[in-house]
Amino acid sequence: MNGRGWAARTAAILVPIALAFAVAIVLLQLGGAPPLEALGLLWDGSVGSGAKVADTLAAWVPLTLAAAGLVVTFAAGLWNIGIEGQIVAGAIAATWVAREAPGPTPVLIPLMLLAGVIGGTLWALLAGVLKTRGGVNEIFGGLGLDFVASGLVIYLIIGPWKRAGIASTSGTDLFRNEAWLPTAGVNNVPAIAIGLTVAAVILVYLLMRGTRFGLRMKAVGRNARSAHLMGIPTERYTLGAFALCGGLAGLAGAIQVSSAFHKLVPSVSGGYGFLGILVVLLAAFRAAWIAPIALFFAAVAVGSTQLSLRLNLDSSLGGVLQGVLVLLVILAGGWQARRSRRARVDPTSREEP
Amino acid sequence: MSLELRDIHKSFGSVRANDGVSLTIEAGTLHGLLGENGAGKSTLMKVLSGFISADSGDVFLGGTRLELSSPRDGIEAGIGMLHQDPLVFLPFTVLDNFLLGSPGGARIDRGAGAGALRETCDRFGFTFDPGAPARSLTVGERQQLEIARLLWLGARVLILDEPTTGISATQRTTLFEVLRSLADEGMIVVFVSHKLEEVEELCERVTVMRRGTVVGEAEMPCPAERLVEMMFGRVFTEAELTRSPLGEPMLELDRATLRERALTTSELSVSVRRGEVVGLAGLEGSGQRTLLRAAVGLLEPVSGSVRIGGRDLTGHGYREFLEAGVHYLPAGRLEEGLVSGLTVAEHFLLAGGATGYFIDRGDARRQAETKIADHSIVGTPESTAEALSGGNQQRLLLAMTPPDVRLLLMEHPTRGLDIESADWVWTRLLERREQGTAIVFASADLDELLRYSDRIVVFFSGEVLKILDARESTGEELGHLIGGKELV
Repeated sequence: MNGRGWAARTAAILVPIALAFAVAIVLLQLGGAPPLEALGLLWDGSVGSGAKVADTLAAWVPLTLAAAGLVVTFAAGLWNIGIEGQIVAGAIAATWVAREAPGPTPVLIPLMLLAGVIGGTLWALLAGVLKTRGGVNEIFGGLGLDFVASGLVIYLIIGPWKRAGIASTSGTDLFRNEAWLPTAGVNNVPAIAIGLTVAAVILVYLLMRGTRFGLRMKAVGRNARSAHLMGIPTERYTLGAFALCGGLAGLAGAIQVSSAFHKLVPSVSGGYGFLGILVVLLAAFRAAWIAPIALFFAAVAVGSTQLSLRLNLDSSLGGVLQGVLVLLVILAGGWQARRSRRARVDPTSREEP
Repeated sequence: MSLELRDIHKSFGSVRANDGVSLTIEAGTLHGLLGENGAGKSTLMKVLSGFISADSGDVFLGGTRLELSSPRDGIEAGIGMLHQDPLVFLPFTVLDNFLLGSPGGARIDRGAGAGALRETCDRFGFTFDPGAPARSLTVGERQQLEIARLLWLGARVLILDEPTTGISATQRTTLFEVLRSLADEGMIVVFVSHKLEEVEELCERVTVMRRGTVVGEAEMPCPAERLVEMMFGRVFTEAELTRSPLGEPMLELDRATLRERALTTSELSVSVRRGEVVGLAGLEGSGQRTLLRAAVGLLEPVSGSVRIGGRDLTGHGYREFLEAGVHYLPAGRLEEGLVSGLTVAEHFLLAGGATGYFIDRGDARRQAETKIADHSIVGTPESTAEALSGGNQQRLLLAMTPPDVRLLLMEHPTRGLDIESADWVWTRLLERREQGTAIVFASADLDELLRYSDRIVVFFSGEVLKILDARESTGEELGHLIGGKELV
């Protein structure tokens, strides 16, 4: 991308961010809350202290992993709505290893993470096969599998994996200490998880930019007919995209149970899969942009919990802010595309002149 | 009252679909608009109905200038367009379809609508049940429903774009009667067609378009030869270049029955030899594409066999045909060939067949530059496919075609290209022919067919009407055959 492209892209993100904050301020005013104080709290609650920064980073990890995976599926022209279920499947697989496998941390943690990757991959391939073989649109298949996964996790928590004596949806027993992902420093910064996430983003970036696999994937996503005529096995690439995204989502699930919760809980995905979709939309499907955007989203999500504690506001304000932001960015992008398309080709014509 | 179009211009990218079209149509006349595929008829009619906006030019109805920026404007001005595929919502009932788009507020008067529908049906002898689902109607009945709807909406101008495609002979007779009586009542009726026979049968006056401009007008009846000449331009029959002798058969279809959608081609036998060029002629969708798709393994014959270079590949997959040296370039360059959003360099990478996981961008760039220069493509390695003009897209597709292709299948190799690009494309194709490549191409351009083919296969509604020796045929003969008529 050239210099002007970067400038335009940055403006295309910064202007909607400013507008989104303006909308948030109006909403706060209408809700009778002091806007500046609320925004201050948002700041303090996300990056105000070492502990808060650690919290924000802990949220950044699954969000970024999900977004990195979604860059791949979007490149292949797929709306992987099933990503929430893939995170859950990874969490379940990792929990199974944590409960069943013996061994010290250096053995157990890699096994759990690997199990998470495999669990997420298989769950994603299910959606993929439903699409390529069953003709089920990946949006519907994925959504269905999301529900199945969340049903499964609740069944496990109140059924086979219930806490001794009590069946409660608050989660399983805590894992033994060997299954806790080691953290760094007094604030428990999830250093290993961050390292893995950075590696995943770089991997996806290189894959999409520098490999034949990534290029073919893009061709399949943008025009499956042309790709097929070029001799590219389109079905294999569709499944490959699902597998990759599912693997990263599963890794996020494994990190959630081994690092954030230290047990399996019903809401283990934390909505990071869906939020990841917003991150990728905001990043215009480019791997290079997801890390900073995910950081911003994570900060807003973590910071907004302060609002409920201190101002008695609902913490969903953070979600409103994120949603408005994405809508504005997409709107701006839509306008731009419309303008440039008008200038070029009339879209209503079906005739080849 | 009259309908007048003044100096209409409309371009799609670099293609001028309408290049200064002026046309006057008087009320009470059945006016035909004739021209081959891609002559700009549909574009002009879409401009007229408000479906697309012209780049410049004006439309006057009864002396008043119309502001047409949406189909709604067209309908309000009294211009009703019957599209090639009738705009019918299949899950709805007939009556619901009829009421769709009716003016007025949110409330719909179903009783009045039903009455109006019944009245129109009685008047024209249409027989469909208002409560039936639209899905159960035939294409012809959907058309009748659409006509009834447009009349009820107050259309004073009725445009019919290729209305006889896919309807039965009886329905055609009914349609023509309806159109005659509407014209007699003083309506402006425009009948758009590329079928000579229908225009001859129905119209009182005809305007002929070619390559985006009006090339002539005629009162009917008018000798068919004159219309053919106007439609296709002067037909040249130049002496062929010296030819190397033909080699062994490259493509052999043996009594192959091909079925695709509603079209069946039965027991097609044709053989193309190395170094031979075979043209496929016929109206769009008469079976040319079906043959090409069968020859590259995208369509499996229902019966019969396909042999490539002597090897029976019947029932084998597309990739095996590619490996056998077959290459197919469909008509939709951006739809079935190139990938919008990817660059020229990336296209070469995709097509190159090179292996290895990693891409060397620098090397890819250098290779792309060489190929761009070799094929005189106006663009850079970083240009995206959709940013290229039609001619350059075709050059890119040819540059992506492997050098060792033994059977090259093309649809409309030069459609929409300027003369220079078209010549360049054929120079390249003939070079390949001299190296022994067999070429099969479909085209709507009679000049192109006669000039470059050794033999021409003429299709009519799915079947092979005749196989001509191109050197012994004339444009007139070919034009008649394409219209389904043998020249006597």
